Amino acid sequence: MAEQILEMRNITKTFAGVKALDEVSFSVNRDEIHALVGENGAGKSTLMKILSGVYPHDSFDGSIHFEGDQCRFREIADSEAKGIVIIHQELALIPYLSIAENIFLGNERATAGVIDWNRTAVAAKDLLAKVGLSDNPTTRIADIGVGKQQLVEIAKALSKKVKLLILDEPTAALNDEESSKLLDLLLGLKKQGVTSILISHKLNEIARVSDAITVIRDGSVIETLDNAARQIDQDRIIKSMVGRELVDRFPKRESKVGEVVFEVRDWTVMHPLYDDRVVIDKVSLKVRKGEVVGLAGLMGAGRTELAMSLFGRAYGRGHRGTILKDGKELKAHDVNSSIRQGLAYMTEDRKNFGLVLIQDIKSNISLASLKKVSVGNVIDQGRENESAGEFAQSMRIRCTGIDQVVESLSGGNQQKVVLSKWIMAEPDVLILDEPTRGIDVGAKYEIYTIINKLASEGKSIIMISSEMPELLGMCDRIYVVTEGEISGELDREHASQESIMGCIMNHKRRTTA
Amino acid sequence: MSSISKFFKNNIRQYGMVIALAFIMVLFQVTTGGIMFKPMNITNLVLQNSYVLILAIGMLLAIVTGNIDLSVGSVAAFVGAVSAVMMVDNHMGVAPAMVLSLLIGAAVGGFHGYFIAFLRIPAFIVTLAGMLIFRGLTMVILQGQTKAPFEKSFQAMAAGYLPGMDLRWHGLNIIAIAAGILLSVILVVAMLRARGTKMRYHFETMPLWLDILKIVVIVGAINLLTFELAAYNGIPIILIILSVLIVIYTFVTQRTIVGRHVYALGGNEKAARLSGVKTNQILFWVYVNMGVLSALAGLIVAGRLNAATPKAGTGFELDAIAACFIGGASASGGIGTVIGTIVGGFVMGVLNNGMSIMGVSVDWQQSIKGLVLLGAVWFDVYTKSRAQTK
Repeated sequence: MAEQILEMRNITKTFAGVKALDEVSFSVNRDEIHALVGENGAGKSTLMKILSGVYPHDSFDGSIHFEGDQCRFREIADSEAKGIVIIHQELALIPYLSIAENIFLGNERATAGVIDWNRTAVAAKDLLAKVGLSDNPTTRIADIGVGKQQLVEIAKALSKKVKLLILDEPTAALNDEESSKLLDLLLGLKKQGVTSILISHKLNEIARVSDAITVIRDGSVIETLDNAARQIDQDRIIKSMVGRELVDRFPKRESKVGEVVFEVRDWTVMHPLYDDRVVIDKVSLKVRKGEVVGLAGLMGAGRTELAMSLFGRAYGRGHRGTILKDGKELKAHDVNSSIRQGLAYMTEDRKNFGLVLIQDIKSNISLASLKKVSVGNVIDQGRENESAGEFAQSMRIRCTGIDQVVESLSGGNQQKVVLSKWIMAEPDVLILDEPTRGIDVGAKYEIYTIINKLASEGKSIIMISSEMPELLGMCDRIYVVTEGEISGELDREHASQESIMGCIMNHKRRTTA
Repeated sequence: MSSISKFFKNNIRQYGMVIALAFIMVLFQVTTGGIMFKPMNITNLVLQNSYVLILAIGMLLAIVTGNIDLSVGSVAAFVGAVSAVMMVDNHMGVAPAMVLSLLIGAAVGGFHGYFIAFLRIPAFIVTLAGMLIFRGLTMVILQGQTKAPFEKSFQAMAAGYLPGMDLRWHGLNIIAIAAGILLSVILVVAMLRARGTKMRYHFETMPLWLDILKIVVIVGAINLLTFELAAYNGIPIILIILSVLIVIYTFVTQRTIVGRHVYALGGNEKAARLSGVKTNQILFWVYVNMGVLSALAGLIVAGRLNAATPKAGTGFELDAIAACFIGGASASGGIGTVIGTIVGGFVMGVLNNGMSIMGVSVDWQQSIKGLVLLGAVWFDVYTKSRAQTK
């Protein structure tokens, strides 16, 4: 029997009369990677906020025992003093400070309040080496990619003499290569005596690296699975998470593909700041009526840039090439006219680009189609409420009412609000950028069903995703985007993870040769 | 019972300031020995605060977009000076001079708006520059002197009353009383209709008695005001202008597409732009609007003083900004109402007025107003954080 490093006993936490956690007991053994999974809103984050002291010890019932001692954390500093460090999904790095400054922020290498920069640089280099980074510690955070930033966060945690590292969705924004590097690092840290709690929606990763998996549903622990022998598979976890078996992760659709609706020819876009940098290079693609077309590619390949530049030139400058819709050239120099001509783009970053978080569901849904519920310039509030209510119902948005502020909705429900907004705009061509990022399995299935319904109604869908199984399961055809160019086009029969990676690799070989 | 406590919890910020305003007025009524509610003083309150309230309406829009305008006091002085050159020096007619003045205000607002919306220079910097530029130009135009006097009809706009002052019944102006009753009827009908619409769409409505209480309080307040005005000189013309502006701007902010776009822009500019809101244009027109309202305020100040002076409008920007924040606007944008701002403006105005009557020195008045601003915003933040964690 392995030694327990952490035990949380009978934790109950209530928000405004609603139990977010109900008598949850959760324990972690020393030197293991313990995965915590559950749908959004199941209570994972709440449990971790309790553990890290974000919610002080008198705001919940139950007790926390770490290395045998009972702990009463009043704030994050208390838990960090014990060696418990949490890395949040939204990274807490300051973009305009250097890597070294960020690592030692709040924990500066200083003598009598004066920072010793030499000591800082040496120590930072040391820590960076431990996480496998060779970058100069004086590099600004803004100048390194998200994958590296995540590693800097871990280096920062190591500088605090971490014993228990909590990672909340560390790989959500990373591509496959970066993710596997990060997970390998966790396995390495485990050998050096760092225990980790890993929260993730990527179940394949969890099955690969974790020694134990605890499933939370509706504020209660369902079970803890022993995965020391790595014999637990994704379907087993999903079954436990949703409480039923998902027969198929992707709902079936009869595709009835019609004539070409949307066509792009030799589309070239320059970087918004550097005039001579080509971001999108002579891209041509076609989308037919009722078709779901995927854009595959690695993070940073230019898929989002391509989509946004097509959507009223919302990205880049110096646009060249033609966009055709229904055979006629579509000339849209701003988002507004793009929407009016039947285009919609659902962003990958719903919090920063998709929603007005402080406003209610109704206002968010109607924002792109206010004209539809207005007489002249005056909004008919009855009609607005009515159509928002219809969407809340048909999209199954779980909320107290359409007056609920979207900030307080779970990720999956927020995504349904954004999707409602664009469906209300009645586009012919709908570009979905990472439509299921950061949302749970059940909500993903619902989103897939909606996408299928839209396609069967004759809409043309372009879907961007970093999860290859999702593209393979959903799309009629897939374009592979590599370094701002189309490096391959695969139809349903020929598309596979191998063939997509093959396109990417071939292209890279060609350009470097 | 729970729905009532929920109602109060949800609306405490909305009604908190109204209750605070009523409380302050009653308090001053006691401490000033009954002068606060004297008809003359109530009339004065309206006359004294009208221009700050007009500025505050424009300022609210700027603040809702997440920006600010520091130049409004200087722009008001500048337009006042220009109007004096037109009317006093060159004997231009009142109407064309006013129209021209408002257009100049629009141009000044457009000048600010161009830098803010299209060149993306922070509003704080642009309008700080504007504050210096137009204060300087005011001095240049007036050459350090005061220009006076204006024509009678121009003064009337700021300091005059509706005609028919002598139509009295038991010493009360009939027009004012009639206006109060008419307004009450309109309000009651409008509120009942709104309730009916809500019921028809099956939305949550407040308990009937609460709605009735609300109507009674509002009707009571309106008739108290018109009664007070009737007992003095009747309805000031400026009150008509102010009321029309309040109605128009409440309607625009709450019920029109443009209004919704302003709030969306303030709530999340990137999301708004990707939803087809022409964010640059909206921001530009918000500042043009601010310029026009600054010009109107400048004309009213000039008319009230019956002179254009180099120091006119000093510190107005701060009073207008304070009114918005006391009235519940959010400094980070996206939140705020016209009515809230007007209440906030009157809180400041009543404090000024009451303390002056009590003989509190100007220095202390400043400090107390500062504390009230801080307290109001703290209350806002406090109720918001409680709503989030509970």
